Amino acid sequence: MGKNVSTSLGNKTKFRQLIDDFGLPRVIITGFLLLLFISAPIVGADLPTQITNTINRFSWNAVLVLAMVPMIHSGCGLNFGLPLGIVSGLLGATLSIEFGFTGPMSFVMAILIATPFALLLGGGYGWLLNKIKGGEMMIATYVGFSAVSFMCMMWLLLPYHHPTMVWGFAGTGLRTVISLEGFYDQLLAKFLAIDLNGIGINLVIPTGSLLVFALLAVAMWAFLHTKTGTAMTAVGSNPAFAKAAGINVDKMRLISVIMSTWLGAVGILMYEQGFGFVQLYMGPFWMALPAVSAILIGGASVNKASIPNVIIGTFLFQGIVTMTPTVMNSAFHMDMSEVIRIIVSNGMILYALTRKTEGGR
Amino acid sequence: MNNLMKKKVSVLDLIRGNSVPLMFVLICAVFIPMSGFSGSYLLNEIMTRLGRNAFLILSLLIPIMAGMGLNFGMTLGAMAGQIGLILVADWQIWGIPGLVLAAIISIPISILLGLMCGVLLNRAKGREMITSYIISFFVNGVYMLVVLYMMGPIIPIAHGTLKLPRGYGIRNTVSLLPMRQTIDNALAVYVGGVKIPVLTLIIIALACLFIVWFRKTKLGQDMRAVGQDMDVARDAGINVERTRIISMVISTVFAGFGMIIYLQNLGNFPTYSAHTNVGMFCIAALLVGGASVEKASIGNVFLGVILFHTMFIVAPSAGTKITGDSMIGEYFRVFISYAVITIALVMYETKKRKSQSLMGQMLAQAQKDEEEGKTE
Repeated sequence: MGKNVSTSLGNKTKFRQLIDDFGLPRVIITGFLLLLFISAPIVGADLPTQITNTINRFSWNAVLVLAMVPMIHSGCGLNFGLPLGIVSGLLGATLSIEFGFTGPMSFVMAILIATPFALLLGGGYGWLLNKIKGGEMMIATYVGFSAVSFMCMMWLLLPYHHPTMVWGFAGTGLRTVISLEGFYDQLLAKFLAIDLNGIGINLVIPTGSLLVFALLAVAMWAFLHTKTGTAMTAVGSNPAFAKAAGINVDKMRLISVIMSTWLGAVGILMYEQGFGFVQLYMGPFWMALPAVSAILIGGASVNKASIPNVIIGTFLFQGIVTMTPTVMNSAFHMDMSEVIRIIVSNGMILYALTRKTEGGR
Repeated sequence: MNNLMKKKVSVLDLIRGNSVPLMFVLICAVFIPMSGFSGSYLLNEIMTRLGRNAFLILSLLIPIMAGMGLNFGMTLGAMAGQIGLILVADWQIWGIPGLVLAAIISIPISILLGLMCGVLLNRAKGREMITSYIISFFVNGVYMLVVLYMMGPIIPIAHGTLKLPRGYGIRNTVSLLPMRQTIDNALAVYVGGVKIPVLTLIIIALACLFIVWFRKTKLGQDMRAVGQDMDVARDAGINVERTRIISMVISTVFAGFGMIIYLQNLGNFPTYSAHTNVGMFCIAALLVGGASVEKASIGNVFLGVILFHTMFIVAPSAGTKITGDSMIGEYFRVFISYAVITIALVMYETKKRKSQSLMGQMLAQAQKDEEEGKTE
């Protein structure tokens, strides 16, 4: 095995090296998206509308993808347990409405209420992940699933009474989908929005949402350059070395998991804000996989991730998700977008997990 | 003193090792009276589910033996089985011949998928489970591509009842009504109102015999060696990669057969979702039977099917009785399935870490002893 690796390295040309650095799947995905953008006007889809949709979806999802970063940095792997953070966010969202907040205040309160839940759940989750170093990803997946299915029971049993949220005839039990109209539907998206419809171009940029994401991203970048942040990165790249350097490995990992969970909570609130609805019950069930594959498409690996990875990845992933249905439909009258999405996103995760050069234990 | 400690640990281990089945016995004991089902109804249901699921769960045993953990990629075999059934349904070959033909069609597909899965898992040693889990999603996409777009234009499908109105792709439900329960009914015996599907049980018994026999073969022994320690096995001259691939192939083929038995019992299947939850429920059932990630026996399979499915049958109505809402029980059983898998995975990882640190301590002690011996 060792021999194989060394000979193949020897034979590599510069070009091959370049593609390998960037990753063949990423080259293919970027090429595919470019092709979609070029063919969109040809098949009759309105390009500005497509770009608006892509940017919109980017603004919904970017924070959820950003939530992957701390855990990857501390060596906890891809956060398949993102639903745990999402559940905290949903608790914040529903409680804020239940307590009677409306308008912009309901958004602020949702984040404030979600925070203690995220800290608490993230703390427990981080403690658990410290007990099972090496097997994080599988257990994270199932912690997420367990949390979502447990909350399914709770949404029915908790004493919610606000008329916009509960089933009309029973008076108890939350609805599967709650509209945010009158609360924080499009709150940030409308803030300073750039609308070019006035001059005949169907382009709307949700400036507020993008600004909030930028704020969080810059904060994350700054954090990673603080003393704690560098220590966290050290733990991720070489735990034994970090321990020798006197860093408390378990503490760093715990902090990273809590950060990830909190960002997951804020991420889902951002998503709801753009989408306009709160999705409960099985809604958050599959939300980890798109976020995971987005950051991987952006160039991250199982143990390395940066803010540009988040931005590029979310843009590429959401671009494909929004562009394929329209372009495919106009071109072939056949909607293969779902299949393409499944193959691309899971193929990307599979590629990251099976790369021999990375994170081999 | 050392002996005493060992004893204590082993008693604790015994309780911990069986905590999941014990918990389930408790849940069932509470729920059965609450559900208000009659004994014969329950027995009948459990018997049906035993025949339906046991073969599928047996397919998980061989990868566990090879140290590859719970094979979340068993869904691959399930998809192969479904493709076999779709084709047979289109050719209108019903009854047992149809099922046998479907099984035969599934074999090459299963082997191919199993090979792919094995090769990929060899590149992801130490994180087989999450990788096999993602493989199952990835192949689900490929399955959709084949069944939704290629069946019709590329793979000929003759019957309009199977095809979507648009002319290609398979409908959301495939009906197997003409061969519903043909295996189960072939030699069925009724004992006190409980239907016993003898032929199905014979097939399951044969699969068990195969596994018992396989463990004793050279390949089976190799597999156990690989499962114990890959490096030692490699030093002993075993081709580790090949052995692991073979274990995946066998598991996938078995899962394909299992899925065919499962679906003939149900009589129809949702084309695009029948396979998605099969892996999760089979794994949960096996774990409920007392298996762990590294050790599972045929006994675990049967105990698991009985306990898990008893819970599954009684949970909704018991939930309705307790809370007045039927959905609570539904969610409860899903939650329990996931929680059981989570607990089993956590126990496995903590145990692995403990044994690693224990080995490290022993090594340190041995080195210390050696050094002391030198200085003396």
